[in-house]
Amino acid sequence: MIPKVGKFAAKSATATTTGAVDVIVIGAGHSGLAMSHCLTEQAVEHLVIERGSVANSWRHERWDSLRLLTPNWQLRLPGQAYAGTDPDGYLTMPELIQFLDHYAARMTAPLLTDTQVSAVRPEAGGYRVETDRGDWWCRAVVIATGANNRQSIPACASAIPAELVQETTLGYRNPDPLPDGGVLVVGASASGLQLAEEIHRSGRPVTLAVGEHVRLPRLYRGKDIQWWMDAVGVLDERYDEVDDLRRVRHVPSPQLIGTTEHRTLDLNALTAQGVRLVGRLANVRDGRAQFSGSLRNVCDLADLKMNRLLDRVDRWIDSTGYECSAAPQRLEPTQTGAQNCLEMNLANGEVGTVVWATGLHPDYSWLDVPVLDRKGVIRHEGGVVDAPGLYVLGLPFLRRRKSTFIHGAEDDVRDLAQHLHAWLGTASAGFHPLKMAV
Amino acid sequence: LNQASPNHLGLGARLFSFSQKKHALYHAGFNARAANCAQPERPVSPNKQNSGEKQMQNQTTTQAAKQAANVNNGVNIEALLGAREALTAAPEAAQFKWRASSEWINGTHTRSKVEKFFGLGEEHSHRSPFFLDTDHPEVFASEDKGATPVEMVLVGLSGCLGAGIATVAQNRGIQLRSVKTTLEAGMDLAGILGIDGDVRNGFDGIRVKYEIDADAGEDEIRAVVAQSQKRSAVYDILTNPTDVWVEVRKSA
Repeated sequence: MIPKVGKFAAKSATATTTGAVDVIVIGAGHSGLAMSHCLTEQAVEHLVIERGSVANSWRHERWDSLRLLTPNWQLRLPGQAYAGTDPDGYLTMPELIQFLDHYAARMTAPLLTDTQVSAVRPEAGGYRVETDRGDWWCRAVVIATGANNRQSIPACASAIPAELVQETTLGYRNPDPLPDGGVLVVGASASGLQLAEEIHRSGRPVTLAVGEHVRLPRLYRGKDIQWWMDAVGVLDERYDEVDDLRRVRHVPSPQLIGTTEHRTLDLNALTAQGVRLVGRLANVRDGRAQFSGSLRNVCDLADLKMNRLLDRVDRWIDSTGYECSAAPQRLEPTQTGAQNCLEMNLANGEVGTVVWATGLHPDYSWLDVPVLDRKGVIRHEGGVVDAPGLYVLGLPFLRRRKSTFIHGAEDDVRDLAQHLHAWLGTASAGFHPLKMAV
Repeated sequence: LNQASPNHLGLGARLFSFSQKKHALYHAGFNARAANCAQPERPVSPNKQNSGEKQMQNQTTTQAAKQAANVNNGVNIEALLGAREALTAAPEAAQFKWRASSEWINGTHTRSKVEKFFGLGEEHSHRSPFFLDTDHPEVFASEDKGATPVEMVLVGLSGCLGAGIATVAQNRGIQLRSVKTTLEAGMDLAGILGIDGDVRNGFDGIRVKYEIDADAGEDEIRAVVAQSQKRSAVYDILTNPTDVWVEVRKSA
């Protein structure tokens, strides 16, 4: 059954389409909902299509203990900000889902939930959006399906002994279903560290494979690190201002955790709890995992980079005269041990599980528009995709450093909604055959 | 240092000319796309802030260029950055083959020759062939006619990191005055002599010590060395496994 979609339900562009509309937003996560809000402000006719329910990834693809990495005072979308009693806290997933449900309830545009988009392809000067509940035609498409649809798993995974359980950050909920015994967690961004700690505390000794990573203290000089990054202007740095856009778009997410005690979760904290650090997983061969000898260097790089950020915060405090009684401080350099482990036997029963926390990437398997480069990355200029009327949201450093944060959606979406509105106005409006037919 | 560094790859003018050519093509393509963007159906940005932002971007670029212009570590950074753009657009040209040929002389003495390599879609030669002798020292009852092969590995690492340091420093506008390195690798002969099967043949680790004089703070210098490790081919070869194929045939 096609859900009620307001006036569009009655429209029938051709025998084979359910209807036609100016804009289709694919995905009802925070980005897609924010885009709907801004398009409504601009009086742009649109509908939102969602494969599951509002905030689907937050609902079904996150682990139980996860809280947002950003403090509540920072949480806002166009037209709705956090209004709870704990501005310095970090939302749990159920709380975030409630926040997004509330936001979605206020939207006025039609929202088709439980509708899977199977293809988007150019047609008649616009796009045909095929779904399992009928096809639509539209002049513009906003891809708000997120950056985190698929786990990036290295090729050497295929050489891991079959008796080991392999889990990903998308599938992991809590340590209970994991077999007893050791766990190799691969990846040292926020998710890798959080899972390593939780699994190690469950009594399964964890080895953490550490490649390039971003280290940050949770609090600095009495405030959340996000507050400083906001104040100093780091989060607002634009894609067209940075030296090396390709590099910054691949920076892993910072090692942060949202907890009631506002503690810092870094490699030193894990080592102190007994987690063993090894280098990046380089290969698996003859049942043995081989780790890179670059552990010291990736830790040095992260320490130096963190200190550069803290230097910048200190300089900002000095130059603005901002009142801050707490003195500058630096964390202990990351301790990597005298002798690094370069190899681990995966076949002797000591390790029962490998957890891939190796990063996520978008799924564009349904996108039948030639806008992907040879690495499968979508070609876009600040979210304006390299095809007329196609837009993308929520990718790393899409338009600003904060683009992947929830609060980062607002500025991006406002820019792109404005661009889209202007584009609809200039593109031969009213002359699309399908549009004429309705 | 100056000698080492027309660029890290040692390709000199050839890569430079290649990158210039490709760069021009790249920009032509880019401009064509930009022109399309300016058509009514595809405005670049209706955002009013845009011109201001562009100005800011240009200022940043100019400052960086100015800063870099005063710094000379003997690295042609424009060529390298141009090559990076060009090889991004033409990934097949980035496929290189490095080669050496060797002949056993006598005892533990081998003479190797480095002359030709492949890249940018064609064969290249060094300006002249380089001959490198390897041998074992007299304490191994050998004649010591060259560095040991394992010392050559240290030489390779040091050469690669040094080239990287000059390049990264140049790119970051840091003038180097002196870069001195000592490298030390531990090895337990119980491995190669087959005394103890638990001991590996190779190094048990490599320690590299740098003493660097440059127009930069201590942390900036440390960051240059860290970045150089991150981008070093030999560092990668030593820290990660590499597949090795050895084929043998009997001479006719």
